[in-house]
Amino acid sequence: MRLAREDVEKVSLLARLRLSEEELTLMTEQMSQIVSYIDLLGEVDTSDVEPMAHAIEQVNIFAEDEPHESLPREAALANAPKRDEECFRVPAVLGE
Amino acid sequence: MSDSPPYEVIIGLEVHTQLATRTKLFCRCSTQYGASPNTQTCPVCLGLPGSLPVMNRKAHQLALKTACALNLEIPNFTKWDRKNYYYPDLPKGYQVSQYDLPMSQDGFLEISDPKGRFKPKKVGITRAHLEEDAGKSMHDEAAGKADSRIDLNRTGTPLLEIVSEPDMRSSLEAKAYLTELRLILVYLGVSDCNMQEGSLRVDANVNLHMMVDGKKIATPIVEIKNMNSFRAVERALEYEAKRQYEVWQETGKTIGDMPKQTRGWDDQAQITRGQREKEESSDYRYFPEPDLAPVVVQPEEIERVKSELGELPQQIRERLEAAYTIPAYDADVIVNQAQSTVTYFETLAQSAGDGKLASNWVQQDVLRILKDRQIEIEQFPISAERLTGLLKAIQGKEIDTTRAKDVFTAMLDSDQTAEQIMAEMGIEKVDDSALENLCRELLEANPKIVEDLKNGVQKAVGALIGQAKKKNPNIDPGELRAKCMELVKGM
Amino acid sequence: MSLIESTATRLLEQLQSGEVTAVELATTFLDRIQAHDAQVGAFLKVTRDSALAKAEDVDRRRKAGEKLGRLAGLPVAVKDLLCTKGEVTTCASRMLENFVPPYDATVIRKLNDADAVILGKTNMDEFAMGGSTENSALGKTRNPWNLEMVPGGSSGGAAACVAADMVPLSIGTDTGGSIRQPAAFCGISGMKPTYGRVSRFGLVAFASSLDQIGPMARSAEDMALLLEAISGHDPQDSTSANEPVPSFTQSVGKPLEKLRIGLVREHFGEGLDTEVNAAVREAVKIFERKGASVVDISLPHSKYAIATYYIIAPSEASSNLARFDGVHYGHRCDEKAVLEQLSEERAVLEAAGDERAIKQMDSALVRMYRQSRAEGFGPEVKRRIMLGTYTLSAGYYDAYYLKALKVRRLIRQDFDDAFKEVDLIVGPTTPTPAFPAGEKSDDPLSMYLGDLYTVGANLAGITGVSIPCGMSLRGLPIGLQMQAPPLEEERLLRAAYMFQQETDWHLRRPDLA
Repeated sequence: MRLAREDVEKVSLLARLRLSEEELTLMTEQMSQIVSYIDLLGEVDTSDVEPMAHAIEQVNIFAEDEPHESLPREAALANAPKRDEECFRVPAVLGE
Repeated sequence: MSDSPPYEVIIGLEVHTQLATRTKLFCRCSTQYGASPNTQTCPVCLGLPGSLPVMNRKAHQLALKTACALNLEIPNFTKWDRKNYYYPDLPKGYQVSQYDLPMSQDGFLEISDPKGRFKPKKVGITRAHLEEDAGKSMHDEAAGKADSRIDLNRTGTPLLEIVSEPDMRSSLEAKAYLTELRLILVYLGVSDCNMQEGSLRVDANVNLHMMVDGKKIATPIVEIKNMNSFRAVERALEYEAKRQYEVWQETGKTIGDMPKQTRGWDDQAQITRGQREKEESSDYRYFPEPDLAPVVVQPEEIERVKSELGELPQQIRERLEAAYTIPAYDADVIVNQAQSTVTYFETLAQSAGDGKLASNWVQQDVLRILKDRQIEIEQFPISAERLTGLLKAIQGKEIDTTRAKDVFTAMLDSDQTAEQIMAEMGIEKVDDSALENLCRELLEANPKIVEDLKNGVQKAVGALIGQAKKKNPNIDPGELRAKCMELVKGM
Repeated sequence: MSLIESTATRLLEQLQSGEVTAVELATTFLDRIQAHDAQVGAFLKVTRDSALAKAEDVDRRRKAGEKLGRLAGLPVAVKDLLCTKGEVTTCASRMLENFVPPYDATVIRKLNDADAVILGKTNMDEFAMGGSTENSALGKTRNPWNLEMVPGGSSGGAAACVAADMVPLSIGTDTGGSIRQPAAFCGISGMKPTYGRVSRFGLVAFASSLDQIGPMARSAEDMALLLEAISGHDPQDSTSANEPVPSFTQSVGKPLEKLRIGLVREHFGEGLDTEVNAAVREAVKIFERKGASVVDISLPHSKYAIATYYIIAPSEASSNLARFDGVHYGHRCDEKAVLEQLSEERAVLEAAGDERAIKQMDSALVRMYRQSRAEGFGPEVKRRIMLGTYTLSAGYYDAYYLKALKVRRLIRQDFDDAFKEVDLIVGPTTPTPAFPAGEKSDDPLSMYLGDLYTVGANLAGITGVSIPCGMSLRGLPIGLQMQAPPLEEERLLRAAYMFQQETDWHLRRPDLA
């Protein structure tokens, strides 16, 4: 299937990627090519087939409700691109 | 109401309740409220690359308990899904939640109003599912363009989202639903439901149904957020119903004309305000969470949970009414407090042997003090056993109600028994001969009153009560009145 | 045989007997890295100081007669996709160029507990997305057999460093062939264990339901040694198999009798290089000589494996990589520049009176995300995020993602059926030997098609191994892939050992000037 440039642009917003006009052109081209290839699956009869989301089919994996030690705040914030004494900082989220 | 509005309000509620676990849903960081920002995090809840979630067993158990109490069906198989969206308080870029196979569905909650303002009804519950909470974004509204600050302590806290059917028809019903739901959650020990601390949050979906020219129409559905108390929910719903009616009158727009909107409740201004939304924001791209194993629940486990549920609030109300012959209203007031209030009441009623008397004292006196002092019944200074002593004195006519209240007040700040305090205050039953002597004395000193009484002016005896109390404060006014009448008759 | 050419198994004996110390060994390999890695480019970081400190500690404790871990003193390299506490973990991405994890991956902890000496972190395709290591944002890795050729990927550095005798053991990861394919290209042995056999905790996720960590080494015995050390149930990984770990080192030398080998019809078709075909057929004959029977089998859905894989892997990746948004860690763009950018754009739109476009403009926060991610990720990572976002999005989920999960079950079923008839599935690891750098960089689909034989094992969750089985006329190694049912790593290791007893392909070494 061919993808429209506008569709790819929309996906880039969903994916929070900023693509230049050039990148958008190339991406539309390459995605169209790949999507045409994966359309191959359309020919497989999958009626009555259960989806397989895990490669290991086990259930009920629990941990007990016992607190462990948390990271010191300094370690939690150590990799932050922008921070203050206590918190991570980002451009205002108001109105988001 | 004389002129009821020309529409019907349709309300559905989404409640997020924080489960009472010690640790988070997918890591073992503490969920203790009030810690300093970013001190309760680890690689898992920080969403650090490479970290993996492991599910909290207790959270699942609490969710099962709730599902049973809300008459929800619990499917054998349930799984986890990722809900993908970007927000700075969501460090992984997705929330682990449950999408198409929630852990419970199709239940109901019965609501009623002891004052009879609406008919008892079953509110349908669509589903209850587990999910993780996000962190906290803090922003200085005045500064506007300034940074937001992110605290991830709350990230990963276990939530149970309980979604009702749009079955409520008034803010009163909505409040009753919330009140009963909260009560159940608290009775079950599933959540502390503290709205101030965010462990109970409510969003409402509301619109109006109207008959116009013989055709049923509906206004567009609005989701209301940011309601921080049940009172706010009530007011927001009332406001929103009126607003939607006005908008409909102006624009004529109905449900098909626009998508669901989100509005926030502004508690200061007492209005709802539209919130900005982006077209793409609703594409959450849910898919099965590959890092977590599904959960399978056997029927025997559900049976076990059900058998261990204990009495639910409505069952207790019905039992109190029957066992202690108290009115439905009384049972409602007592049960709506807390399990410990019920226990207090039952101890008192049983040892005093009079349910109504116990109910009156609990409702009027005990609860008033709890409210004044802002304490819980566990901190109430008079134990049920001590209060029983006072009730027994009232039943034995050793003390009248007015003086009993004085004794009650004195007991609040002392460890003494009612008997001891009564003795200190010189309260004792006046024996019959003392009463007769006093009456004779009073009647002799007041010939005018005797005259009136003889002429059938019965209220004249009232003047004697004050005088009698001065001579002996233990005099029971009722007994005094009867004795005087008896003596006058024989004169 | 010199130290650097010895197998890890032999080096461990020498360490235990005192013929060599851990410090001598570490120094020898570190010097080798220093001498040759400028050429090969296998390492992103060499942790010389901490390696020597660990080696000294092992020697001291050995002298004192203390109990030592099972890999005590053996040098190991680790793919830079595993978190190492206090050491930069980049995933070969600009996004994480300066990221220092506050914790160790379970496998790193196990290596440390086993007293292995970690020499450094190896290069890879960015976030493990690729098959040539050309997608690394941080360096170029060359194939030691021919520096013009790619080493394969995504564990290209992990394979190249073993092939170039810079380290005897190395840790790779395999999501669609990322251990087996570079092992084949570099002429070493590499195993993708059963999904769940090795903990993924601390492995930066590419596609969570497919990723698996595994050993890369010179021989079956060495793989057994390393696999034994890193396997086992981990309560921190909900998808970890709660199964006992066999003693691979004990059993690896036991020959398999009456082995039934399946040759997948569909794996010997179009696109298979004739030299590779010939080498694999020759390898099968060796097994036959050792008493194996050969069965022609079919994996009817194998033609859908690539399409299935390139839906599931990017879908999961699009979600797994959402966390790299410049908020809590990783690269963040210049905020001021972004604000200026936005106000310029607004001015243009205002001048044009385009109200609708103004309304749709990114907020500062959204632009910060988009710009940070645009700067932090390379083209292949962006492509896969885009593809995965698309296949999960409203309207396409059922046709692509859900469909792929269903075909995945059919693929698994094919393997289950096949393993009723045979003990091992044997075939080529890759359609061709290593290809020249740059050859496929502009054609993502042709790069994807190279994963034809390997992705099945990841989709099905079974185990697979690649061992050297020949050389092309151009002097490039050829890999033999063997696959076994879940948790049958032991069977694969024993078969690989049998083969390596009869052949010397695994002992061949490239000539590094």
